Amino acid sequence: MGNRGDSLKVGIIDYDAGNLKSVETALKYLGAEYFVSSDPDRLLKSDKLIFPGVGEAYSSMEILKTRSLDIMLRDYFIKGNPILGICLGCQIVLDSSEERDTSCLGLVPGNSKEFSHNMGLKIPHMGWNQVKQSGQHYLFTDIPDNSSFYFVHSYYPEPSSPGTTIAKTDYGISFSSAFSMENLVAVQFHPEKSGPHGLKMLDNFIKPNWKGGQ
Amino acid sequence: MLQKRIIVCLDVRDGKTTKGIKFKGNVDIGDPVQMAEEYYKQGVDELVFYDITASSEKRGIMIDLVSQVAEKIFIPFSVGGGIRTLEDMKKVILAGAEKVSVNSSAVLNPSIISEGAAHFGKQCIVVGMDVEADISKPSGYGIVINGGRKRVDLDAYEWAKKVEALGAGEIVLNSIDADGTKEGYELKLTRMISEGVGIPVIASGGAGTSQHLVDVFNKGKADAALIASMVHMDGYTVGGIKEYLKNRNIPVRI
Repeated sequence: MGNRGDSLKVGIIDYDAGNLKSVETALKYLGAEYFVSSDPDRLLKSDKLIFPGVGEAYSSMEILKTRSLDIMLRDYFIKGNPILGICLGCQIVLDSSEERDTSCLGLVPGNSKEFSHNMGLKIPHMGWNQVKQSGQHYLFTDIPDNSSFYFVHSYYPEPSSPGTTIAKTDYGISFSSAFSMENLVAVQFHPEKSGPHGLKMLDNFIKPNWKGGQ
Repeated sequence: MLQKRIIVCLDVRDGKTTKGIKFKGNVDIGDPVQMAEEYYKQGVDELVFYDITASSEKRGIMIDLVSQVAEKIFIPFSVGGGIRTLEDMKKVILAGAEKVSVNSSAVLNPSIISEGAAHFGKQCIVVGMDVEADISKPSGYGIVINGGRKRVDLDAYEWAKKVEALGAGEIVLNSIDADGTKEGYELKLTRMISEGVGIPVIASGGAGTSQHLVDVFNKGKADAALIASMVHMDGYTVGGIKEYLKNRNIPVRI
């Protein structure tokens, strides 16, 4: 575990959703103090929370419920400390997902939709794509507009309130690739696998002076 | 816009990057971790590590190497070579690789693709296909295994459709005929497979100049291009190749 004198403890939620190793190594590289856990009580005490994940919405929600991590996430959101959702973690914070008609956490109004197979596009949307910032958000500090980030997904988030979108990406349609509501930010791409810009984004999130919001 | 990926492949033997040289066999050309860091700095989009270690007792070296790479570079990378079981897959994924690549083992045991996809997600499973021209096959191309040494009775197009149906997330399409020629990718084959499947296709084999990459994206319709000797031996840089592509209106991450 890394340590940087002025940093806070970052909790990474472990719910068997894909590989957490890359998020972990990125935080270690940045010198963050972090821990990986599936214990709701421990995670609730973290200063900042990362909700990563690669996988399938329905079974991931089931695991979250089994471990009472769904309740922890709602409590944490109400508590007001910063949360960063990544990939599946970004979709699950919405009300629902078209992936096996899954009812999700409902922290942010909206749902996740499947990319249409009729657009002649390859699915999953896999590779580097540009992220167009809508205005200025703390998460994008010192990251140039239209920088590329790494994506791997077949469903995309659609927050229903347009004001929540902080960045958009084109893949057949223009979708919300980053959104924010109160103390929560969520990104569809993988900052931990997006080279220097991705590391900068994680660093922006773990900076001690950011308490959430714009 | 989704960008075209440039992927550098490193063949690794006993922990060293190696390159097959005609009549000389394999020659060590450097430390894979240092080379990976260098290509990362140059802006490579992804890396592939292919384990060609002959002896099974030295396979552990590869896992250590994967862990070291994962701590230093923050882009996706895949690991292939000698992966036959779910347990083999799990080892490299836990060490920090995003993806695992199966080739001959998938031909011999296709269910490894579906099992891998069910366990780790489709996006983790890359199927490598070694292909050579074969007029006896309906598509004109057949599959070879064991590094191109053994023909099997599989049509390349049919096999590509099958691996997609089994749950492969991507295909690395390697032309045995073009490999090592430096005369360009096999465009006809690449286009046929890339337009025939709904998953990304990474073209491999034959790259000698930056123009070859332009051709494989424009004419071959590839989603990504694999390169090796251009950057290992021939003085090209990833940044230089990308600049060339960008100036010819190929969308790349600069």
